[in-house]
Amino acid sequence: MKKEFARFFGDKRMVMSVILLPGIMIYVMYTFMGSALSDQFHSADDYQYRVAAVNLPASVEQLIQTSGFPFELEHLDTASADTTSANWSFHTARIEEMSLDLLVVFPTEFEQLIMTYDPLTAAIPAPNVDIYYNSASPESGEAYDSFCSMMDSYESMLANKFDINNSDERYDLASDKDTTAQVFAMLLPMLLMTFMFSSCASIAPESIAGEKERGTIATLLVTPMKRRDLAIGKICSLSCIALLGGLSSFIGTMLSIPKLMGGQMDNMDASVYGASEYAMILVIILSTVLVIVSAISVISAFAKTVKEASTMVSPLMIVTMLFGISGMFGGGAATSLPVYLIPLYNSAQCFSGIFSFTCEPFQVVLTVITNLICSGVLVFILTRMFSSEKIMY
Amino acid sequence: MKNDEILVVQNLRKTFTLSKKQQKLERTDIKRKVAVDDLSFTANRGEIFGLLGPNGAGKTTTLRLISTLIHPDSGDILVDGTSVVKEPEIVRGKIGFLTSELKLEDFFTPNYLFDFFSELHGVEPAVRDERKARLFARFGIDKFAEVKVANLSTGMKQKISLVISIVHDPEFIIFDEPTNGLDVLTAKVVTDFLLELKAEGKSILVSTHIFSLIEKICDRVGIIVDGHMILCDTLKNLTREQSLEDIFFTIYAERAGEHA
Repeated sequence: MKKEFARFFGDKRMVMSVILLPGIMIYVMYTFMGSALSDQFHSADDYQYRVAAVNLPASVEQLIQTSGFPFELEHLDTASADTTSANWSFHTARIEEMSLDLLVVFPTEFEQLIMTYDPLTAAIPAPNVDIYYNSASPESGEAYDSFCSMMDSYESMLANKFDINNSDERYDLASDKDTTAQVFAMLLPMLLMTFMFSSCASIAPESIAGEKERGTIATLLVTPMKRRDLAIGKICSLSCIALLGGLSSFIGTMLSIPKLMGGQMDNMDASVYGASEYAMILVIILSTVLVIVSAISVISAFAKTVKEASTMVSPLMIVTMLFGISGMFGGGAATSLPVYLIPLYNSAQCFSGIFSFTCEPFQVVLTVITNLICSGVLVFILTRMFSSEKIMY
Repeated sequence: MKNDEILVVQNLRKTFTLSKKQQKLERTDIKRKVAVDDLSFTANRGEIFGLLGPNGAGKTTTLRLISTLIHPDSGDILVDGTSVVKEPEIVRGKIGFLTSELKLEDFFTPNYLFDFFSELHGVEPAVRDERKARLFARFGIDKFAEVKVANLSTGMKQKISLVISIVHDPEFIIFDEPTNGLDVLTAKVVTDFLLELKAEGKSILVSTHIFSLIEKICDRVGIIVDGHMILCDTLKNLTREQSLEDIFFTIYAERAGEHA
């Protein structure tokens, strides 16, 4: 075990790539993705939407001024233009090349028409407002949305019978805790399972199949060291290293998820989870890493080379990821107890439960016990494999 | 077991399962290949015993069986009175085993490896440091003590492997092809060292197909062909009338005649 640590920590490049890099990479990547996503759909704050309007009624113009939308109006002369759309081609072309954001064409006598229109009989068609925009331009798309919502409120102003949520009161009663829990419980189980697995898979095959491939494990096997000690030593030291890698990824994720969510979730914060949640997560991570490292070690001991081991490990990775994804569906953690007797799946369910504040302590206890027993069995198998001449030579 | 016998091999048998591919290569339908068949011999304390035989005769298999890396199908081996079948861990503590198959991790320095293997063998730190200083100086490793094994020459690697295999100062030392792949200078260092060990009263078992090495250092010789011990006697008795090489080829021709 000491040798394994010396081997690992003596190699600065390996420390970098397994422990520090994942956390930093994830943080940087998610932060970047988050800001890129929000940038994509938001224009600069002080932007003025360039709107060309035809036959703009006075009442609408007044609404524009009071609404606070930053519209820069350009009145088009109706006298010189026909109101058929074909003749607006000059302006629609400007929208296409993004030098204009919106072209709004009102029918002449718009206010008159809406007064006479009777929605119950609908004898004549309702007056129509044409709004040309370009969805490929974020500014134009936003201008279109703003203008439409303004026109909707204009429409409801004309025949206002009742309002919904028309005050400053807080109507969405979900707390910060709930929103955070929802997002974290959906994303994190899968991310955590994947991180832990990749962290284990990056070191365990090297340490066992690699030693076999290089012939260095036989040197250990001719010493009086017990096979069991070798198996336990390998698994413990690999678990510690994998744990550090997994934790690094975990911290990176926790810090960056609020950033990934960007503007959509202003009130998300990893601090909603208390010490007990983090302690439970840590215990689950630890026991899960033990299971994964033991499983990969057994597979690696079967393999003749590191390459073969990596290939043989991939089905296990798919299963692990599927278990992780299972937390995304099915509405939170499973409540039936037998579920917590399935290694790895129980971990994913526990994560899901902890992040959504629905986890019961006995589920965590059961998961940890199951994982420990499972690791124990795998250590036993590994010990037998180290003693087997067929597998080792 | 007599008191002067360090190694007793009794009716040893070891077979390997042949894969389909190997069966095809050897043009045989037999699923199991007998590597060692009813092999018995003894080696005495303070002697160098040479196991001589062509490639594939079963020398390496025998040495691996003695060093407990593999288990016999039947028969037993007693190393200093301890059975490899019943107490392999104790046997591993009594022997030093050196073969080109056992490699050292490239990443570490000789100094670190020496300490690490000493710890595995439970050597006291004070004893370890004295032994390390002496052995490193003897083989000129001291200059390279802090250089990673990966950056050392083949000869130096072999010397380090040799030193590592005897960190626990074993009474019985097993060398598989000790001079294979070494240049003449390093080979001489190794053979001289074997004689030194013998002078210290250690018992040594070497396997080789090099006649001159046997004639130079061995007290007793066993000739193995096809997993059988054909001849086992002192070098003096064997080479009274003809050279070892002549004896070997005579025997080999006789056996080939039998099979033909």
